[in-house]
Amino acid sequence: MTEIRAETDVLPGVDRAAPLLEVTDLHVEFRTRYGVAHAVNGVNFRVSPGETLAILGESGCGKSVTAQAVMGILDSPPGHVTGGEVRYRGLDLLPLPEEQRRRVRANRIAMIFQDALSALNPVYTVGFQLGELFRVHRGMSRRDARKRAVELLDQVQIPLAKARIGDYPHQFSGGMRQRVMIAMALALDPEVLIADEPTTALDVTVQAQIMGLLAEQQRQRNMGLILITHDMGVVADVADRIAVMYAGKVVEEAPVHDIYARPAHPYTRALLESIPRLDHKGGQLNVIRGLPPALDAIPAGCPFHPRCDYAQDACRHDPPPPYAVAPGRTARCHFWREVVGDE
Amino acid sequence: MFRYILRRLLQMVLTFFGATFIVYALMFANQDDPVQALAGDRPITDSQRQILTERYHLDEPFLQQYRYYMEGLLTGDFGTSLTGRRISDMMADAWPVTIKLALLAIVIAATVAITAGVVSGIRRAGTFDNVTLVLTLVILCLPIVVLAPLARLVFGVQLGWFPPTAGRDASWWALLLPAIVLGSLVVATQLRVTRSAVAENLRADYVRTARAKGLSGRRVIGVHVLRNSLIPVVTLVGVDIGNLMSGAIVTEGVFNIPGVGFNLFRGITTEDGPLVVGFVSILVIVFLVVNLVVDLLYAALDPRIRYA
Amino acid sequence: MRDPGVVTGVAGPAPAADRPRGLAGDAWRDLRRSRTFWIAAVLVALFLVMAAFPALFTPADPRACTLDRQYDGPSGTAFFGYDFQGCDTYARTVYGARNSITVGILATLIAGVIGLVVGLAAGYLGGWADAVLSRVVDVVLGIPFLLGAIVLARRLSQNASDDGVLAVVLTLGLLGWTTAARVVRSSVISAKNQDYVAAARMLGAGPARLMMRHILPNSVAPFIVVLTVLLGANIATEATLSFLGIGLQGDAISWGIAINESGRFVRSAAAPLVWPSVFLALTVLAVIMLGDAIRDAFDPKLR
Ligand SMILES: Nc1ncnc2c1ncn2[C@@H]1O[C@H](COP(=O)(O)OP(=O)(O)OP(=O)(O)O)[C@@H](O)[C@H]1O
Ligand code: SF4
Ligand SMILES: [Mg+2]
Repeated sequence: MTEIRAETDVLPGVDRAAPLLEVTDLHVEFRTRYGVAHAVNGVNFRVSPGETLAILGESGCGKSVTAQAVMGILDSPPGHVTGGEVRYRGLDLLPLPEEQRRRVRANRIAMIFQDALSALNPVYTVGFQLGELFRVHRGMSRRDARKRAVELLDQVQIPLAKARIGDYPHQFSGGMRQRVMIAMALALDPEVLIADEPTTALDVTVQAQIMGLLAEQQRQRNMGLILITHDMGVVADVADRIAVMYAGKVVEEAPVHDIYARPAHPYTRALLESIPRLDHKGGQLNVIRGLPPALDAIPAGCPFHPRCDYAQDACRHDPPPPYAVAPGRTARCHFWREVVGDE
Repeated sequence: MFRYILRRLLQMVLTFFGATFIVYALMFANQDDPVQALAGDRPITDSQRQILTERYHLDEPFLQQYRYYMEGLLTGDFGTSLTGRRISDMMADAWPVTIKLALLAIVIAATVAITAGVVSGIRRAGTFDNVTLVLTLVILCLPIVVLAPLARLVFGVQLGWFPPTAGRDASWWALLLPAIVLGSLVVATQLRVTRSAVAENLRADYVRTARAKGLSGRRVIGVHVLRNSLIPVVTLVGVDIGNLMSGAIVTEGVFNIPGVGFNLFRGITTEDGPLVVGFVSILVIVFLVVNLVVDLLYAALDPRIRYA
Repeated sequence: MRDPGVVTGVAGPAPAADRPRGLAGDAWRDLRRSRTFWIAAVLVALFLVMAAFPALFTPADPRACTLDRQYDGPSGTAFFGYDFQGCDTYARTVYGARNSITVGILATLIAGVIGLVVGLAAGYLGGWADAVLSRVVDVVLGIPFLLGAIVLARRLSQNASDDGVLAVVLTLGLLGWTTAARVVRSSVISAKNQDYVAAARMLGAGPARLMMRHILPNSVAPFIVVLTVLLGANIATEATLSFLGIGLQGDAISWGIAINESGRFVRSAAAPLVWPSVFLALTVLAVIMLGDAIRDAFDPKLR
């Protein structure tokens, strides 16, 4: 692709040598009438080109909020980023003025959402919604934009792309709609793609196809892919690294094989044990006892301690820092050595 | 789409016959002396009596009368007023100024309602929103018989900002005050519907997508939110037209605008039965046609209906 | 026989018939805390008293008019001065409340009864009864309200020798029931599909009992709200019809007639136009605010 990137290449402060995307100590809270919900409390992770990072965690642990904060599309109010950095190629996006921030979206970092039916505007054709990107960001004419839209639909393997460009979202099947979403995210050749539970709303067979498509596109384009999910099973096949989130923190970050082989955090361990396995017929599923904490009353010390089998006194007072378990591998657990050592 | 239009057309035909039948029956069914009913309290000569009887076939059975009446309506023959003018001529004279007035009223109301509704919807519970909510409640509760004479008194007679009457060949300027009065009949509801639609659509997932696409805030609202929010507003237009018609009778009467409403007003006060029947029938037809058009427009705005 | 509330797992031992009472209780608790409600309630009460006992507000006789007082300014208890016929504007305005409110309430009752019957029948019977009744509603809605009222009021007041109150009441009542019918119909349909009604039916409750104990209480809240709005609209329409000369007749004292007559003489005296307008607007405002407050209190979404 030899597209001119005039508007974004003049982005000052971008350093091609710096890491692609690096999130440090991100904090987000929601100030509502009922109190302050601390949804994200110090999230760290990093993605490189061509790498797939899976973000895992129970419902409500702050995965989507993290993604929205990275994109800069939090509902605000009530949502506020209260601390941390989101560095794209060394440039911290958080303090940027909205006008510059806006140009990073879709151009450099793009996102796809869980429910494509509600995420697409019901009253515009998919052609319009795709073409809009080229018209707004690339200043293309309606006709050129439309041509590009057809090409994109072809790339995400929508049959008869040319004929379907004038159709409305509700005329597509669930899987096809998610392909349209993917096409939209890929349109401007982003370097990072955030996929927030892209397959949760789909049938199992379609899920595999969509994951396949995502993986293929990522390989071709050498994109960094952040895959948000709470399904550990899906992750094993596609992810390079995993970040496990609990109560708004990344409690463990590690290469996928290490995590599956030897989790270093009791929560990760519990999650792995809760995956139903084929060789486990009839056995009791190991469900984590207790419930995730309410976000306006996160326990002091290690937030996981009320549910943790390894918890000791220290856990109730001292919040565990991210211990370096191995190069490129961290865990927020005082007793990670015991956890790793356990069989 | 085709089936949708067909269904709406069939419904309209049914409503059309039902509504005109009711109007006609209210006028003529079971009258002791239908001729006198047409003429009101004024004395009528034998020759007038004969003309009216013939014209409305009053000596035939009721259903037969209705048939003649419908034939008249469908062939554009709406009868003759007691003063001897053809209703269709009077209509031809009256429509231009009424249409001018109504267009002005609709443009004013829609502009105010959509602008203020969008701002209110975006900044819910802010000062602007709270003020508009109170204002719309007040406007909603001001009957047209209060609004029109008072507006004329204050802005026309006492302050003298606007001409207090707008006769034949009224300029746009002379029509402005009556148009504002007329528009206020529909502006409050339109504003409230726009506001809640915008507030609701702002929370929709597709707005998040639009922002993730790096569109400017103005484009997100102007292109993505607005189009969706206008759908419920358009459905209101059908009801609005009925309110505007009612309002025009009073407004045109108060401001002396020789439009359709004014003629009807005068027909009522002079007890000109044939004029009232003719004008009401035509307005009912216009109302039904506008409602059909609104339904089609609705389908055009919302593809989920168009392709259902 | 076991209570249907228990069968469907409704919390607690409260029988199903208590649920609407609970809802009404909650609504009343909310209402008492609403400022809008109190302002509206006080205004409505004020106008009701004015309609019932106008003499409490003015010692003057509204019909005692002499031309030599034409356009005189305020004096004594004639706070608003005199109109073009030399009548005490304040007295006439106070006495105007009675007709407005009588017509409004009676017409709303008639419309309410028709709407309730049609809505219950359409919603409960369903099938072709519903189809026919719904079409009838469509047809009536196909006539713009004031146009229908003009024709009907003209017709009804033709032979009347009285002040036209009955004619206007009938006109508004016979034309205004459609919204009430629609609201009752839809709440009956949604009540009918609710678990506890289905359970009661399976337990052998007859249609009459079902209707009285389970379905009607469900429709009460939206029905009351519609009726309040309708009351406001009816008061306004009565004034409009009287203004047009086909409402109240002859020497009836009415805000609508006053507005029409004084409107022609505003250049000489504004008060006889302004005060009936203000009273009329306040009455409608109070009634509609009341409806708003009740709707908010009953709307479970806001709770
Ligand atoms: N717009 C909002 N207003 C208030 N609170 C919010 C909002 N969005 C998210 N939250 C809070 O942030 C918390 C984290 O939400 P988030 O959507 O990130 O969870 P998640 O990890 O994506 O869960 P899931 O797997 O269910 O998608 C939620 O518990 C919620 O209370
Ligand atoms: S720090 Fe303590 S409580 Fe937290 S995970 Fe480790 S052992 Fe469990
Ligand atoms: Mg989520």
